[in-house]
Amino acid sequence: MELYELTIAQAHELLQKREISSVELTRSVLQRIETVETKIKAYLRITPEEALAQAEKADQRRAQGEDNPLLGIPLAIKDVLCTKGVETTCGSRILQGFVPPFDATVVAKLRELGSVLLGKTNTDEFAMGSSTENSGFFTTHNPWNLEHVPGGSSGGSAAAVAADECLGALGTDTGGSIRQPAAFCGIAGLKPTYGRVSRYGLVAFASSLDQAGPLCKDVKDCAILLQAIAGHDPKDSTSANLSVPNFVEALQPDVKGMRLGVPKEYFTEGIDAKVAEAVHAALDVWAELGAEIVEVSLPHTEYALPVYYIIAPAEASANLARYDGVRYGYSYPEAKDIWDAYRKTREIGFGAEVKRRIMLGTYALSAGYYDAYYLKAQKVRTLIKEDFDRAYQQCDAIIAPTTPMPAFRIGERVDDPLQMYLGDIFTLSLNLAGVCGISIPCGFADGLPVGVQILGDAYDETTILRVAYAYEQATEWHLQKPPL
Amino acid sequence: MKYEAIIGMEVHAQILTASKMFCGCSADYASAPPNTHVCPVCLGMPGVLPVINQAAVEATILTGLALNCTIPEFSKFDRKNYPYPDLPKGYQISQYDLPLCINGWLEIDLGGTKKRIGIRRVHLEEDTGKLIHEEDGSLIDFNRAGVPLMEIVSEADMRSAEEAWLYLTKLRTILRYLGVSTGNMEEGAMRCEANVSVRPLGSKEFGTKVEVKNLNSFRAVRQAIAYEIERQTKLLQEGKRVHQVTMGWDEHRHRTVFQRSKEFAEDYRYFPEPDLPPLELSREFVQEIRSRLPELPDAKRERFIAQYGIKGDDAALLVEERATADYFERAVAAAQKQITPQTIANWIVGEIFRLLRENTTEISSIKVSPEQLIELLKLIQEGTINATVGKEVLDEMFATGKSAQAIVKEKGLTQISDEEQLRQFVQEALAKNPKPLQQYLAGKEAVLGFFIGQVMRATRGQANVHVVRKLLQEELDKYKNKE
Ligand SMILES: [Zn+2]
Repeated sequence: MELYELTIAQAHELLQKREISSVELTRSVLQRIETVETKIKAYLRITPEEALAQAEKADQRRAQGEDNPLLGIPLAIKDVLCTKGVETTCGSRILQGFVPPFDATVVAKLRELGSVLLGKTNTDEFAMGSSTENSGFFTTHNPWNLEHVPGGSSGGSAAAVAADECLGALGTDTGGSIRQPAAFCGIAGLKPTYGRVSRYGLVAFASSLDQAGPLCKDVKDCAILLQAIAGHDPKDSTSANLSVPNFVEALQPDVKGMRLGVPKEYFTEGIDAKVAEAVHAALDVWAELGAEIVEVSLPHTEYALPVYYIIAPAEASANLARYDGVRYGYSYPEAKDIWDAYRKTREIGFGAEVKRRIMLGTYALSAGYYDAYYLKAQKVRTLIKEDFDRAYQQCDAIIAPTTPMPAFRIGERVDDPLQMYLGDIFTLSLNLAGVCGISIPCGFADGLPVGVQILGDAYDETTILRVAYAYEQATEWHLQKPPL
Repeated sequence: MKYEAIIGMEVHAQILTASKMFCGCSADYASAPPNTHVCPVCLGMPGVLPVINQAAVEATILTGLALNCTIPEFSKFDRKNYPYPDLPKGYQISQYDLPLCINGWLEIDLGGTKKRIGIRRVHLEEDTGKLIHEEDGSLIDFNRAGVPLMEIVSEADMRSAEEAWLYLTKLRTILRYLGVSTGNMEEGAMRCEANVSVRPLGSKEFGTKVEVKNLNSFRAVRQAIAYEIERQTKLLQEGKRVHQVTMGWDEHRHRTVFQRSKEFAEDYRYFPEPDLPPLELSREFVQEIRSRLPELPDAKRERFIAQYGIKGDDAALLVEERATADYFERAVAAAQKQITPQTIANWIVGEIFRLLRENTTEISSIKVSPEQLIELLKLIQEGTINATVGKEVLDEMFATGKSAQAIVKEKGLTQISDEEQLRQFVQEALAKNPKPLQQYLAGKEAVLGFFIGQVMRATRGQANVHVVRKLLQEELDKYKNKE
């Protein structure tokens, strides 16, 4: 077994026993990147020198008796998270050249623990997309089939984890952007409850929906990484001032007597038969482990997509107004006046999908339309949240497919945004409700991974981690490696 | 036909907090080099988040309470979207439909009759950066970006430029009393826009509203509104239409000039700020802030009249600035009833105000303490010096901060009451001025004043007038007897 194949927990054990050093581990991963990256294109930026320096530092800290599960562990960071001194573009040409003078709180926490940061992973521009095809730079390839997308928007992070180009990665999830690529790439990805993790330094797409979370090789690693980044941050007024449970300790492979809800609205037409089959097989595993499978209803599921595509673009239209070429990033050099500079900078700097969403959002917030769109959407959002509240009175967690079908071909949906949006119907509701969810691999369809989601109540990450962990212990899907 | 003006005011006041509205940068940027009071948050960098400055919220609520507003239990921030280079985020965090304070009023005094001007709302927002236009382009200073700003919106209750001026003056006095803003219009710490319309007297419908901007002083406010009322009235009298526009006050040409059309309302696409949780304002919290309300100028004036028996006009002048009122009260306390409050008021309103005006300074930086002023007034009352010398001594105290005693001693200004000493001066005065003496002896007694003046001049004002008068009488009687 090569060092780059290790999980975070496995690597930590070897580091602890002094069987390997962080420098050795980091070298192995950098070597792996060199070998496969030309095929995968997961990274927008790799920082090998900084990584090795951090690894050396981590080894020194360990030599001085320090220890924590992430000390010396090489990780990748999605490019929508600000990294001090390292260019952060959000996959957009408009931010080319922007080097943040500060770290996102989640990045700062990882640095403090002594993690090794390998580089910044590809993303759909400003996290708007489901395939990385909206990246302003290039498309990442699915390690399981290079002609397919890795999912998105955290497609770079998911592909990097699946291809062993890092031990774990951070992504962000606004409407499924961690869970969907995790499912497409056959790895575990967790979207924490809104408020569990600080958003400071997470470049906003839709402020009321965005959350950063881990993408890892297995559930235990997700728990380790979540533990590291969770917690109240005075710099983020929407982060919850709650104590953080010990997620790793909560990992008991025991679901006896737990009630797992299956929402009938999620198994409708349009879901790929092989995906449905894999998810049903997963339900059987939990049932065998002693869980009780109950049917629940999330009646407003069908409104999640339209509600999401009003609220998220509305917030985005304001969030993206700051990219005007005045203070940082790309600036059109030959403008006649300030208005010309705004127009040309944004025309050239933003891609088509970003422009589409800015227009959608601007329209939804305009005088005369606000009540009919934005306000109405907020009301329906409340109904969606109430759906989840009711469901959690009947069950401990909800099981659902992560996506209606496995990873599609590159280029297959780029000309049909609506079709692209429909791919996210199983992930959006969770963000609107602000609750948590994890996607883990549960099988294959035509050689491509299939993911199953475990959705939990607000601030109940321990339950979904436990349900996922029990499944993982009973199966071997998470051990499968793509043929690279 | 007679016309009446309808005026509403929108006032922006920078709040005196240590840090900016949503970040830790210092809000005191007045003398800072450009772009030195900035951070990723107030520069609107990607990924940053605002954190509410609690002190600014409290200052706004305190202002609302002083303006008799209701403080709702629930308030929130909203994003006001518009692109401009001085607005780093492309939106301003402001308050739209749920401001911190609503439905208040402020009372103005129209030469004895009181009038209430309604306060529609007071809300909290952030200031923008400052554009500096150069020949070859524009520069932006973001030091001001994110400084807490409150907007105080009045009802359209004012009917003349004078009323608007009184409203604004009163508002500033209150803001300064509360210590929430300097209210300095020249420095831009307080900015004001007036909405002016004119309608036939007795009409129930409103005329077309014109927004008047660029009002950079209290004088400008009064002049611009008066000008605008006249302009609109003339238009209506000529049967013409008033257009819905924004006008700017031209300080040099003394007229309002067209800035832009407002026929189409701008769409700011307000929506709730998702980065900030809504504010729940518990009654206990509001009560706690209410308990911090100081005595406000109107109440203070009434108390001064009742408690100290001073004249209404003097009381009004004394309470205009909280620091002056405090100065007066400290002086009254120091006098321990040996000097009357009216005497103290006279000296403050007369001499102290004159010195402050002449030296363009404020009472807060005066070198003469209230206790020192009383020491001076006691020297006058006891007859150690007379009032004229007292004023000179005060000048010296004002300049040097020395005590009255010290100055009197140093300069030998003690009043001369010694009869022997003064008799010489009196005799000299009579001897040197035979003509007036003749007049006096001829029965023109008013000439006595002339001789007193001569003696006072000769003694550099130090002579005790009462003694001089007595001695003059004695000496003159001698002349009379000789005849
Ligand atoms: Zn700042």
